[in-house]
Amino acid sequence: MVEKRNLPIDDFLTALLHIDRIKAAEIFEHIYKDDRSFETLEHLTMETLERIGDGWEDGQLSLSQVYMSGIICEELIEQYIPKYKIAFKNKPQIAIAVLLDNHALGKRIVYSVLRAGGYDLIDFGQGLSVEEVVEKTMKEKIDILLISTLMLPSALKVKKVVESLRKEGSSASVVVGGAPFRLDSNLWQKVNADADGKNGTHVKEIIEKWEKEGKNHEFHGASHNINES
Amino acid sequence: MNSMERVITSMSHKEPDRVPVFHLFSHYGAKELGISIKEYFSDPGYVVEAQLRMRKKYSNDCLYTFFYAPIEIEAYGGEVVFVEDGPPNSGEPFIKNIDQIVKINPPVIKDSKPLQRVLEATSTLKKSVGDEIPIIGVVMSPFSLPVMQIGFEKYLELMYFRKDEFNQLMSINEAFCVSWANAQLEAGATAICYFDPLASPTMIERPTYLETGHKIAQKTLNQIKGPTATHLASGIGLPIVDDIVATGSAVLGFSGKDDVKAIKERAAGKICLLGNLNGIEMASWDKEKTRIEVKDLIKKAGKGGGFILSDNHGDIPWQVSEDVLLEIAETVKESGHYPIKAEE
Ligand code: B12
Repeated sequence: MVEKRNLPIDDFLTALLHIDRIKAAEIFEHIYKDDRSFETLEHLTMETLERIGDGWEDGQLSLSQVYMSGIICEELIEQYIPKYKIAFKNKPQIAIAVLLDNHALGKRIVYSVLRAGGYDLIDFGQGLSVEEVVEKTMKEKIDILLISTLMLPSALKVKKVVESLRKEGSSASVVVGGAPFRLDSNLWQKVNADADGKNGTHVKEIIEKWEKEGKNHEFHGASHNINES
Repeated sequence: MNSMERVITSMSHKEPDRVPVFHLFSHYGAKELGISIKEYFSDPGYVVEAQLRMRKKYSNDCLYTFFYAPIEIEAYGGEVVFVEDGPPNSGEPFIKNIDQIVKINPPVIKDSKPLQRVLEATSTLKKSVGDEIPIIGVVMSPFSLPVMQIGFEKYLELMYFRKDEFNQLMSINEAFCVSWANAQLEAGATAICYFDPLASPTMIERPTYLETGHKIAQKTLNQIKGPTATHLASGIGLPIVDDIVATGSAVLGFSGKDDVKAIKERAAGKICLLGNLNGIEMASWDKEKTRIEVKDLIKKAGKGGGFILSDNHGDIPWQVSEDVLLEIAETVKESGHYPIKAEE
């Protein structure tokens, strides 16, 4: 059960923004010792990361703060998952890739956020061609494919990825993100993606919403923009 | 007024005949000539021809000798990846681990073929136009270049946790940046655009920037023997206007995400603004939308001079149609004449 009562979100936020690993770890340990659930820790983490992501969106916080916070949360969740004797979720099967560009930071941030959210996801790497992304997605039977891009031409090639996936018979849902999508809020639709990941910290919401809608069996279908929900 | 007079007047925070326009064309020149982007950048003659043609066609108030950001990576011996429909991109970072930094030497400009091509384009353009129109050269800031040299993740580690190696890389990059900027000025560039998106609070929080990139900019720009502009490549600029002024830059390239009125107020009389049309969105604009955007921008930012209309990144995307660019030029001619009617 998620226990939202008395959650030290503000303290945790401050610790993350100051890259204070020790303080962040103390907060986690306190909650654990209080016999509160893993979901409570997860909730604290996601809530805080989302606030940080939104702070970046508003121009209040910097990218390096988003990045470092993600890394710290990922490390903490990785330590506590075994303590609670639970495993990372591997359903739906999720993968993340950078299409064409050699820019891995956006991917790294989203990867941390999802690991911190308890998901086991596959990192396909960066600088990948359309064919490579499609091949890997088919081989690993991916349900949700997360694609990060830096350049506009790369973002436009997502359309080809979606086309090829459908041709190959994959119904994987495609979530896109990266600078071009942030700078043109309609671009995700133009390339036939299923969702726009925005600043990355809300990606877990998208996935959970799909899970609730029963999209893990038949993920492809309705388009969805987190900002509209 | 010719372009040079128009630009200098605006940069002195006075009103010229009309709002100056900088269409910052890099790889877009290949489209003008109908050749591949790779071929285009292989011969400075192509760049010269396209710059001169596009100056006329789009009533451009500058010539731009920017080839592509990773040309500096090429000079360091790194890889550049060409695509058919966009700017060349840097390949895998050439610094694989932080310990390698001590062994790096700044590139020697006369030994680098790609850099020599830029210098040749610059001097040929200068011979052709003299002082009629500014020629804008480009350097990456020592503080922003490492994203391509070592990758963003490792660079953040360097910046926050490995101060010695960070400083080492900064002094290598500073030496190169200064000599590269001065070589372009010697070849005939009028001013240097210092691309420093990591200075933007979108990227690095201001306190860290003030301790690092800001000091580096002050030191570097001080050694560049000509006027400089700082461009944030569409990162927001409002919170650091005064910081950029303190670096000695005369112009600030600001973001489509900045509040135009607020930044205009803050910059007034201190630094000339350059921007801020969203180039990515521009790729799907029609003429109507273009007019609205340009008129609105002129109304908000034009008054009193200190403003050059441009895209917000310093590089027009391949996907932007010629019609949109022509419409920008037309709208400025129609609505950009001084005195500008203030916003009702
Ligand atoms: C800093 C910067 C630079 C730096 C470093 C670039 C780099 N990372 O390699 C320097 C100065 C080197 C540079 C150079 C160039 N740049 Co630049 N640059 C930027 C800037 C300001 C930020 C990019 C960045 O690194 N962001 C940090 C990362 C982590 O953010 P992100 O990838 O967006 O990720 C976040 C979210 O988007 C999200 N996310 C990312 N992926 C995913 C995926 C999923 C599934 C989800 C859910 C979320 C998600 O999560 C992250 C955290 O919230 C942007 C403009 C902007 N405002 O964003 C332009 C921008 C990326 N640059 C651009 C260009 C064109 C270039 C050049 C090619 C210019 C040239 N002609 O040479 C060069 C070459 C770059 C290269 N790597 O080879 C364009 C690209 C679009 C286009 N026009 O094609 C942009 C968008 C500018 C613009 N407005 O047009 N650039």
